[in-house]
Parts: sequence; structure tokens; C-alpha cells
Amino acid sequence: MSFPLLTATAVLPAIGAIATAAVPAARRTAAKWLALLVSIATLALAIAVLIRFAPDGDRYQLTESHAWIADFGVRYELGVDGIGVALLALTALLIPFIILAGWHDADPLETGNKRWRPTQGFFALILAVEAMVIISFEATDVFLFYIFFEAMLIPMYFLIGGFGDRAHAGSDENAAAQRSYAAVKFLLYNLVGGLIMLAAVIGLYVVAGSFSLQEIAEARANGSLHMATNTERWLFLGFFFAFAVKAPLWPLHTWLPNAMGEATAPVAVLITAVVDKVGTFAMLRFCLQLFPEASKWATPAILVLAVISIIYGALLAVGQRDIKRLVAYASISHFGFIIMGIFAMTSQGQSGATLYMVNHGISTAALMLVAGFLISRRGSRLIADYGGVQKVAPVLAGTFLIGGLATLSLPGLAPFVSEFLVLVGTFARYPVIGIIATFGIVLAALYTLVLYQRTMTGPVKPEVSAMPDLRVRELVVVAPLVVLLIFLGVYPKPVTDIVNPAVKSTMSDVHKKDPKPEVEAAK
Amino acid sequence: MSATVVHSLWTTAADPISKIDAPKIEYGQLSPTLIILGAAIVGVLVEAFVPRKSRYYAQLFVSVVALCAAFAAVVALAADGYATTKAGIAAMGAIAVDGPALFLQGTILLASMVGLFTFAERRLDPETHGNRVDSFAAQAASVPGSDSERAAVKAGFTTTEVFPLLLFAVAGMLIFPAANDLLTLFVALEVFSLPLYLLCALARRKRLMSQEAAVKYFLLGSFASAFTLFGIALLYGYAGSVSYGTIAQVVDGTISTVDPALADTMGNDALLLIGAAMIVMGLLFKVGAVPFHMWTPDVYQGAPTPVTGFMAAATKVAAFGALLRILYVVLPGLRWDWRPVMWAVAIVTMLGGAIVAITQTDIKRLLAYSSIAHAGFILAGVIATTPDGVSSVLFYLAAYSFVTIGAFAVVTLVRDAGGEATHLSKWAGLGRRSPLVAAVFAVFLLAFAGIPLTSGFAGKFAVFKAAAEGGAAPLVVVGVISSAIAAFFYIRVIVLMFFSEPRPEGPTVAVPSPLTMTAIGVGVAVTLVLGVAPQYFLDLANQAGVFVR
Repeated sequence: MSFPLLTATAVLPAIGAIATAAVPAARRTAAKWLALLVSIATLALAIAVLIRFAPDGDRYQLTESHAWIADFGVRYELGVDGIGVALLALTALLIPFIILAGWHDADPLETGNKRWRPTQGFFALILAVEAMVIISFEATDVFLFYIFFEAMLIPMYFLIGGFGDRAHAGSDENAAAQRSYAAVKFLLYNLVGGLIMLAAVIGLYVVAGSFSLQEIAEARANGSLHMATNTERWLFLGFFFAFAVKAPLWPLHTWLPNAMGEATAPVAVLITAVVDKVGTFAMLRFCLQLFPEASKWATPAILVLAVISIIYGALLAVGQRDIKRLVAYASISHFGFIIMGIFAMTSQGQSGATLYMVNHGISTAALMLVAGFLISRRGSRLIADYGGVQKVAPVLAGTFLIGGLATLSLPGLAPFVSEFLVLVGTFARYPVIGIIATFGIVLAALYTLVLYQRTMTGPVKPEVSAMPDLRVRELVVVAPLVVLLIFLGVYPKPVTDIVNPAVKSTMSDVHKKDPKPEVEAAK
Repeated sequence: MSATVVHSLWTTAADPISKIDAPKIEYGQLSPTLIILGAAIVGVLVEAFVPRKSRYYAQLFVSVVALCAAFAAVVALAADGYATTKAGIAAMGAIAVDGPALFLQGTILLASMVGLFTFAERRLDPETHGNRVDSFAAQAASVPGSDSERAAVKAGFTTTEVFPLLLFAVAGMLIFPAANDLLTLFVALEVFSLPLYLLCALARRKRLMSQEAAVKYFLLGSFASAFTLFGIALLYGYAGSVSYGTIAQVVDGTISTVDPALADTMGNDALLLIGAAMIVMGLLFKVGAVPFHMWTPDVYQGAPTPVTGFMAAATKVAAFGALLRILYVVLPGLRWDWRPVMWAVAIVTMLGGAIVAITQTDIKRLLAYSSIAHAGFILAGVIATTPDGVSSVLFYLAAYSFVTIGAFAVVTLVRDAGGEATHLSKWAGLGRRSPLVAAVFAVFLLAFAGIPLTSGFAGKFAVFKAAAEGGAAPLVVVGVISSAIAAFFYIRVIVLMFFSEPRPEGPTVAVPSPLTMTAIGVGVAVTLVLGVAPQYFLDLANQAGVFVR
């Protein structure tokens, strides 16, 4: 039996989480280093997966399959396709930066209490989330996926509610109340989505008699499993609802600004760049493969919601006074692009969407983490409290600008490629939707540049005049992300090579071919 | 009634008596119950003859040995094939020894063992006059606040009678799901109810509340018992027998020989329907299903917390076992009549329990309403009327009982000057002060909420899957919605423990003896094992899923 590489990528951070949680209260720094090392080791394993993965090989590779709960028809089945590999790598890549960026976020304020170990808890929870996210990218058993899709809410919830942003306007009590409100809102939205999905998961089992993605997809393809049209639609809606909450899609998005605003910047990155990707990933993997007909049936409605997300998120981002909430609304807009790309049902659209997930992860991480550094210096999240920072802290301002430009998809930076692909893919089939979505880019330029202008340029505000520039640790976090943004902007081929074959199989699942280019006959 | 019939009532069936067969009792197959009953009687003798000082240890020893021996007997019977191939009826048709009975008896015994540990805990309450005391009143007969109470406390009395009472209750619970005729069912019902009424009244702190709870439980419980008894009478009138198998055959129409004494009533459907409804009503009362749930919050709150935990777990297991047997063995021919009614009961139970729980401010009341909601989830599995339905209910009951006992055991730890601090506001910031206790309680709450990787999820999934396969998809949807509502209040407690600032005058967490630690540890272990690797136990429940008739 070969080495279970995929299991190892999930088990390692899980063990790391337990070990980190067990570090004694006084050895805080040891806990941090342990977590960092574990996350780097996980990244190494993820790179090994990347190397072992052959883009032109089987659809699912590195598969593992073991009996688990036979009574429920559940197997422990793992396997990755190109889309899964890309997101697995993204997750493993971002976690070390998240840990490093949050190095001091969970230092205890009170040192008297010997039993209270927030630092250990913080890093253990991050690793726990990593383990669960990774296994949901790898699961090819619907039940297995569902378990971790739901279970990851719990560590996420404690991360949001237990370790809020210390830079908060107003009293401590108020901050705690808002934070627990944000955490509860996050949990309830996602739990309700998950429970509705649970009903659909049970329904799927009753209809299909199996949870194995490949078995069901094969049975559907060769016609041995017939689903009544209405059944398929209901099941699709059950699944899609959960993923749309997670992604998040308008009008189910309202938990995201609260959660991202109240959480610390690294946790906000964890939410939007890592955890939310499970939602869009699952749309590609589960909705399209299990319910191809219903997916096509729902496409028009979903595209409209996606376009609303794009425009609505961007408009609200323009109006934000809080830096982190601004990034949150920008993310909603971007998730609209991703979902639009998935449901455009063209190969450019879906490759673009997958690439978008990777690029959005990197660009949001860069922007949000720098924003977090900025906020921790001044102790305020309000845009109005800043001004002229680029004169005081030029490196900080510069990296912030690159993160911002990536967010607005400037050509030459990674997100441009994906956004372009999504728009091209959508335009080929749904020109009107494509045109409306393009306005989202214009608005993106507006909210990012205005944000930059108000915080970084202009006269130096007295409160920021003594602001130190990025420290070494912070540079170590930001520099690689910036390099990646530029590299993937100029040369996206490594990622697209991995993703494209997987997208092709997904497209064939839904029996869709790319529309042929039409040339108007010469008169 | 005509005179001839009355006459025939006196004279019929008067065959000359040649000999009376001695009743045949299969002692081996009945051994679990007999061991517990015997130990309970030994416990009474201990109260009478052993000096007060050593009674506690003697009682604890007897109880632990008895529960272990009875559990070993259950395992031996199951290993011997009595759960599957050798399943049969014992004690002249009074007791069924089959898969569900043995599975439920095993569950009840294990849950009682864990419950017993919380009964025996003596380190939580501060020592009074140099004596270690438990959660029970010094002397039950002394009036609260009276001189005699003070004297009893000063003398260091403890109510060691709780141990034999517990054992009697357990014995009744063991018979209840195994009863194979209606009279045995009723006797078992009373045998486990009466000790529970008493136990509820025995709290050391807040004695008036405890006694009030006991009176409420007793009055409402007596009503329910009376209903059951009336229903039994009506069913006898309908079928001419109290035996489950015979009634089922009469319902099916396979037996039609009319007992001349009952010529006017036999086969009267009105008797059948009303009688069945009344019996089921009595069982739904014990289960705590809406609209027969009114007693639950008051009794759960007022009873000593160890008793609440034991009652919430073991009574539910026993009562659901009996309900399953009645519905699946006696009344399967009537399922088109009872299914719609049970649908309605399940829906209002799930929703009612979950919605009312939101407004609760006392942790014990909150858990009471949560237990009502869980009764609704289990009912969804009962309604499936498939073998999967039975096994899913069995699994759910096993999973649920350990979470419940563990959760109530944690409640006993959080204390302030007035005893247990059950008001929710006092739990604020518990996660800061005692992270471990709060984390353990959070595990139990997450299991109640049915979060994956806990036993609660596996159980809920099994039950909902059985319901969906049994054609009750709308029940699954309602179940999912009420799970979401229920999640809200479980999460609220977690928020309170972890994200609220501790109050300066808040409660302290008492350090328990190994007894309670074991109880909580077992609860956590079972919760996680059944959540991550439930296969073995599902297999067990599957094998145990067939009733004997």
C-alpha cells in the first residue's frame, strides 16, 4: 500500500492542533513556533501532492478508500482532481502566513490566570480549521465532505468570537458584544445552511443508495440511476443553499462583513481566502457533478444572483467607512465573479473561476494582512482615522497598494487573468450578464483607489506621524504574497495547466460544450 | 348483557382440574432483572442492619457489583444468541428476551452505572459539621427548615436509601422495554416510577422546590398510569388477552375465537382505538413528548441533579423501548391509524421543545426542553416502521443517554453559596475560569446540537435517514428546522461560557471525586467514539433490531 499522502496532509495539522493546544501556559512562544512548523510541514506535503499529481492523468488521483460507517453507506474516500489540488495548495500556502501574521494577536492581556491559554488555543484552532478545510477539498464521499464542511464551523466560530480585533471603536464591553454577535451570526447562518444540506444529503442517499461521488456520477452518466426532475431540483437546491451561504452569495451574505470586521485580520483572511472557498469549490464538485440537469435549470437564477452580488458588494464597499468591512464587501463582489464563472458553463468561465479562487485567496490575503498591520499600529479600523501613511511608512503603503491593485484586477497582477477569463467565458454564452458584471470592475477601481487615497496619501495625520514601517516578520508575510501575485499575473500557466483537465471533465458531466464562435456572414 | 352470558361466565371453561402446571421460569434469561431486584432488597437490608457509618460504602459496593453483574449477564445472554437466533419469550409469556430488550437493558445498565457515580458523589457540597455529604437530603422525613432537619444535618445523616431506590427503579426499567404482556408493562411502569417520585423529593438544597417537583411528577405520573391502566382494560376487552402476541393476532384478524364472556366487546374497534391511544399516551408521558411534556421542566429543575440526569437518560431509554414494542409488536396492524397521530406528535414535540427552550434562563430547564426536542427526533425514527427505524432509535437512545448524564454531571460541578448555580447568567465566563469544564460542557452541547464528529450527529443522521427511507421526508425537514432552532440555544450557552466576561461574584467549579470525573469522562469518551467510529455500535443496534413475538 502506498503512503496515504492525502490523509497525511489533513492528519498532520490535526495532530499539530492537539499538540499546540497541549503546550503549557507559560510556553506561549513554543506553541507559536510549533504551529508555524506544522503549517510549513503541511505545505511541504501539499507540494508533494502537487508534484505527484499528473494533470493529464486520471480524473481523481492519489485516491484512498477505506470502509468507515458501512451502515450509512459511508466510505472514507479521498482523491483530488486539478481543482482540488489547486485549492489544497492554496490553503497550505496561506496558513503559514496567517499564523505568522497573527503572531501577537492572541497574547493574553491578563497574565495572572494560569489556566487560561488563549495563545495555544488560537493557533490550535487555526490548524484545526486547516485540517478540516483540506479534508473537504479531498473528500470524494458526500458524507465525509459534509461532516467536515459542518465541523469546521466550530473552530471558526471560536476564532471569530474568542479572539476579536483589539482595534475597536468604543468600550471593551461593546466590542465583546459585537464580536459574539458576529460569531453567532456566522455560526447560525452556516449551520442552517448545513442542516438544510443534511436533509438533501439524506435525500440523496435515499435516492442513490450511495454517498460515493464517483459511483453516483457514473451511475448518472450511464443512466442506471434515474432521478425524477423534481427530486433532482430539490436536492440541488438543498446542496446549493449551503454552499451559497458559505460562499457567500447575495442575499445570504450578511454574516461575512460582521465576521470579517470583528475577527482579527489573519482570521478574516482565513474566513474569506480559505474557508469560503470550500463553498465555491463544492458548487463545482458536488452541485455540477451530482445534479447536472438541475444545475442547468437553475443557471439563469444563479447568474442573476451572482451579478447582484458583484454589483451590490462593490457598491457597498464604496460606501464603507471601516477598512475591514470594505474588504469584506469587496470579497462578496469577487465571490459573485467566481460563482458567475462556475455557472456560465463554459470552460473559460470555469477555469477562470478556479483560478479566481486561487488568486482571490492570495490577493485578499495580501490586502487584508497589510490592512491588519496598519490597523494594529493605529488601533482603529476607520478609514477617516488615517491619512498620509505613505510618507511615514512607505513599504507598508506600497504593499497595501499592490494588494489593492490586485483586488481591482490590474493587468499584470494575478486576479486580472482570472477575472478576464470569467468575463470572456460568461460573455460567450450570456452577453448581457457579462456586460453588467463588467461594471463591477469599474466599481472595484473606485473603492480600492479611494481607500488608498484616503488612508495613504494627503497630509500626515498627527496620530499616524510616529507609525513604524513594516517589521521583518510582517515583510516575511507580505513579500512572498506580492511576488506570487506578480508571477501568476504574468505567467498563470502552472495553475491553468493543472486546472484545465479537471474543468473539462466537469463540463462533460453537465453535457455542455463551449459555444462555437459565430462569424457574421459577409454580405 | 344478557343473563345467559353472565351465566356462561360463571360456568364456562370449568374443565375438571387434573393438575396445575408449575409456572416455568427461565432464571437464566431473566437474570439481569433478578440480580438488580435481589441487590435492591439487599440494599434495604443494609439500611436496616448495617451501622450508619458504613452504610454508604456497603450500599455503593452492592450497587456497583449488582450493576456490573447484571450487565455481564446481559452481555452473556447476547453472546449466547438470545438477541438473535435464540430470541424468545420467557416467564410464561410475561417477558420477551430479544435483541431490542437486551440492547436497551445493556444501555440502561451502563447509563445507571454512570448515574450511580453521580449519586455517590460526596465532595461537591462543603462538609457540614465535619461530615461529607451528597446531593440528597439529610433526612427525607424532616420538614424543611425545622429543628429536626437541623439536628439531622448536625448528626451527619445521609440518605443512603437512594441506592436501593435507584436499583428498584433500574429493575423496573429493565422489565419495561422487555414486557411482553400489558400487565407486566404496567407493573414495570409502577416499579420504576415510584422510586423516581421519591428520589425527586430528596434534594439537599432547595428542598421545597424539590418536594414540589416530586408532587407534580407524582400527580401527573399517576394520571398517566391511570390512563395506561384504563387503556389496558379496554384492550383486554377488545382482544380477550393481555398478551402482546395475542392482541396483535386479534388485530390482524388471525384469531377470531370469541371468548364467550367477552362476546359483546371483542372485536369492537372503538375499544381497540381508544385503548391503544390511552396506552400510547401513558408512554408518551414518560417519554416527555408534547403535549404530555408539562411535567418535564419542573421536575428536571427541582429534582436533585444526579437524579435528573439518571431520569432523563434511563427513563427515556426504557419508555422508548416500551413504546417501540407496543407499536411494532402489538399494533403494527393498526399503523395506518397511529402513524398520522405520531407524525403530529413528533412534529409538535420537535418544534415545541426547540422553540420554548430558547427563552429558558435556567440550565436545568433548558436541558429539560432540549430533552423534549430530542424525544421528537427519536419519534421520527419510531415512525419509520422499518427495521432501520428500530436500530436507529436504539442507537440514538444509547448515544443520547451518555451525553445527558454527562451534561447533568457537569451541572453539579458549577456551584455557589446556594448550591448548584443553575441560572444561566451565572455561567458567564466559565470558559475563562475553568476552561476544561467549560470545554467538556461545550462538547456535550455540540453533541446535543448534532454537530458532526459527535454522537449526536451520528444518532440524528441514523434517525432521519430511517425516517426518510420510511417515507417520512416532511418529518426530516421539520427535524432539520428544529435542529437549527435548537442549535441556537445550545450555541447561546457556549457564547455565554466562552465569550462573556466572568462575573466577579460568579460561581466556582468544585473539584469532584473520581466518581463524578469517571461519569463525565465516560460521557465525553462515548460522545466522541460514537461520533467518529459508530460502525460497531450501529452493527450492534442492527443485529438487535428485530422484536420477538
